[in-house]
Amino acid sequence: MSTVKQAKVLTKGQRRRAQILGVIMLLLSVAVVWLFIPNAAGQATFGLSTPDEAIQLDPLVVPATGSLWFLAAVLAFLGGTQFFRGFQSKATIFLGVALLIFVAALLVWATAGKDFSLIGMLSSTIARCVPIALGALAGILCERSGVINIAIEGMLLGGAFVGVVVGSLVGGIGGLLAATASGAVLAWFLAFFAIRYRVDQIIVGIVINIFVLGLTSFLTAQVLVSRPDLNDAPILTAWQIPILGDIPIIGPTFFNQTWFVYATFILVALIAFGLFRTRWGLRTRSVGENPKAADTVGINVNRTRYIAVTLGGLVGGFAGAWFTIGTVGRFDENMTGGRGFIALAAMIFARWNPIGALAAATVFGFSDSLQQKLAVLQVPIPSEFLAMAPYLVTIVVVAGLVGRARAPAADGQPYVKE
Amino acid sequence: MTRLELRGITKRFPGVIANQDISLKAEPGQVLALVGENGAGKTTLMNILYGLYQPDDGQILLDDKPVKFKGPGDAIAAGIGMVHQHFMLVPVFTVYENVILGVEPTGAAGVIKTKVARDEVIEISNRYGLAVDPDALVEDLPVGIRQRVEIIKVLLRGAQVLVFDEPTSVLTPQEVEEFFVIVKELRDAGKTIIFITHKLKEAISFSNQIVVLRGGQVVGSADPKTVSEEEVAAMMVGREVDLVVDKEVARVGEVKLRVRNLMVVDDYGRPLVDGVTFDLKGGEIVGVAGVQGNGQTELVEVITGLRQPAKGQVELLGVDVTFKSARERHALGMAHVPEDRQDMGMVGAFSVMENLILDSYYSPTFAGAITLKRQPIAKNAVDLVEQFDIRPPMPAVAASTLSGGNQQKMIVAREFSRDVPVIVCSQPTRGVDVGSIEYIHAQIVAKRDQGAAVLVVSTELDEVIALSDRILVMFQGRVVAERVTSETSPTELGLYMAGRTN
Repeated sequence: MSTVKQAKVLTKGQRRRAQILGVIMLLLSVAVVWLFIPNAAGQATFGLSTPDEAIQLDPLVVPATGSLWFLAAVLAFLGGTQFFRGFQSKATIFLGVALLIFVAALLVWATAGKDFSLIGMLSSTIARCVPIALGALAGILCERSGVINIAIEGMLLGGAFVGVVVGSLVGGIGGLLAATASGAVLAWFLAFFAIRYRVDQIIVGIVINIFVLGLTSFLTAQVLVSRPDLNDAPILTAWQIPILGDIPIIGPTFFNQTWFVYATFILVALIAFGLFRTRWGLRTRSVGENPKAADTVGINVNRTRYIAVTLGGLVGGFAGAWFTIGTVGRFDENMTGGRGFIALAAMIFARWNPIGALAAATVFGFSDSLQQKLAVLQVPIPSEFLAMAPYLVTIVVVAGLVGRARAPAADGQPYVKE
Repeated sequence: MTRLELRGITKRFPGVIANQDISLKAEPGQVLALVGENGAGKTTLMNILYGLYQPDDGQILLDDKPVKFKGPGDAIAAGIGMVHQHFMLVPVFTVYENVILGVEPTGAAGVIKTKVARDEVIEISNRYGLAVDPDALVEDLPVGIRQRVEIIKVLLRGAQVLVFDEPTSVLTPQEVEEFFVIVKELRDAGKTIIFITHKLKEAISFSNQIVVLRGGQVVGSADPKTVSEEEVAAMMVGREVDLVVDKEVARVGEVKLRVRNLMVVDDYGRPLVDGVTFDLKGGEIVGVAGVQGNGQTELVEVITGLRQPAKGQVELLGVDVTFKSARERHALGMAHVPEDRQDMGMVGAFSVMENLILDSYYSPTFAGAITLKRQPIAKNAVDLVEQFDIRPPMPAVAASTLSGGNQQKMIVAREFSRDVPVIVCSQPTRGVDVGSIEYIHAQIVAKRDQGAAVLVVSTELDEVIALSDRILVMFQGRVVAERVTSETSPTELGLYMAGRTN
């Protein structure tokens, strides 16, 4: 078959899509002019250093109205260019740029006449991306081997609960290990029913989520309320990495965090390397793509899947511990609040790639952190709406940008030997 | 020295003897063709050889030493390599990743030595003239190259005996030629080649020895130098077979199907069918030849109402049906034997009886106000099963349990049993045994002689030539040649299929 090179002519659909993106950018510009500029006065002060840093940077001070006009103009320029000429293949990137500019405008507006610690937000973005990045990794490990994992939420919640109880009893490290193990147990259930009994994997996943939610809520009400000493785990504190942690901006953002953050980076690198460079990874991916092909060359399909799913569970349980031992030290009913499903979205957004998952998680972590900081700045938006931000971002990302995502070919299909 | 010998292999399954006392020998540097109809026991025999089944009786000898295989792993280790009909490749992996899967060269901590892997692939590829890029993604490769990846896979594992299951069924004519060049290369390097096929021409042209299986037994072996296709076919089927389709001169009537300037584009706006125009008259068979993927599928979909064209017109019996549904066309008088019988022609889990009314279950003959009429449906099935010789003659069994040939006969029975003026047959005999091919061809000719206009689309050039009165050749969505069958040759048509233009 010869492929015919096409002249660069956009089809009707592509042109429409380009124009819609252009209109979105123009609307963002209009929103900046109409909503933000009339209500912004004075100067916006962005803190670039935390008080305890060795090198102190001067805060960034910008005139609110002037910079908003500037940002609106940039948005209008991008939108106009996209509408009339189109950025073609780079359109999605420019949409991302436009959204970033809009967020910047939002921050300038919210900060007008006040102080705002930009560093605090970046630092909390990284912290908040932990459960989502790790949850996505848990999903990637399972799905690369061909088992759909929508039980990430359950693994997170279970890990959070087990982590706090065991943590209260024996200390933080013990809680961390127990949480990790609890995720593996849930994952093993998923694997057992999905592989051994070929139960529909979506249903097993839902069952695990509901089971964990029900069980932890019950135990919280029945046990933790009367025994508050079981719901009081030591928190893993931030540990500043020497030298790296002293770099302005980057230091406090990345290198003055809890071990959860460092572990996330290490796991992303490790799993990416493992999946794409090692024998284990090649075999795991082959099982997720074409189990029959793997079988004919002597790879034990089901064992490979058990291992991958259980590893995913370990990561999921570890991620769950972040909610309790990594932040507040106590468990609240349904405290994961759907982060497991956001992790699922991050996994899809990242096309089942660990490094992409980290990037996607950062987007969600940012929106999570943003809504919290905006609430602190007391913007005239009801906090309930602000709290929706991460979920809104999820919908926009999954519906709008994912498009061509392709799951592993055998994802969700049990393997039956003939 | 005999490289491979089977002695008295017998394999019984509950109710059937799949292989009975099969013995054969193959030497190094020999190409052995194993032919037989579907269900003759070829696949069972190969699965025994590959360690998937254990024989109930008999012995396998490799280099005169008896061996026992408990699984494919043992067979691979002993030097037997299998190239399956449906390739066992991971589409999103590169060539070298597919080749090394399961035998990865690794360093510390299981890290794959990419360079070693690529070099091995390049080395084998060069040694046997396979010309495969180790870094290409398998999903981007044409079928012929994918097959070579499979060959490299078995060679890398040290195969001395290579077993090919229907190796040419998915290849274009050019790829088939290239494939047999590779087979010669392997043969000359001292490998033993066994290929399973039902294409007698290939068995005769490319093998040193032909072994014929029927009903689980070896019914004969033949020297390809002296035997004719008809003789081998007779051995396979157990009776004389007519490979030439008998037909009288066409009595051509008026135009029944008019196709004008048809244009189909894919999602990206690229043309799949590009300005096709033709007339189909009553009493003639028009064949559409072409290598798979040159727009035939889309053309049939538009004609039968499964897809809408970007431009152009389809006229059935003088009525413009371009935007009419498949059912409206069916009601007007169009029958359709689709190219993929499993996916489009039948519902495997339904009984033969139900499949036989899939196109007309709603007609007053079969349907009451609320329920289906059981009696007429059963009678219809009994009649058609008898008339079209569908075996086993049990209308209540699930259609999926039938052999490919009988499934196809069932579909033909459903489509041909009505009095239809226009019939569209796509790949009418793909994957069908010789006996059924003969039967289906006879049915198509009979319909023509009754005055129906028949369009036959097939990637088997021999079939198009045997059936058609007139032949259209499609290449990249266009009709590049139109010939009266008696005034053309396979060579000429083959050149058009390969893209020669006027």
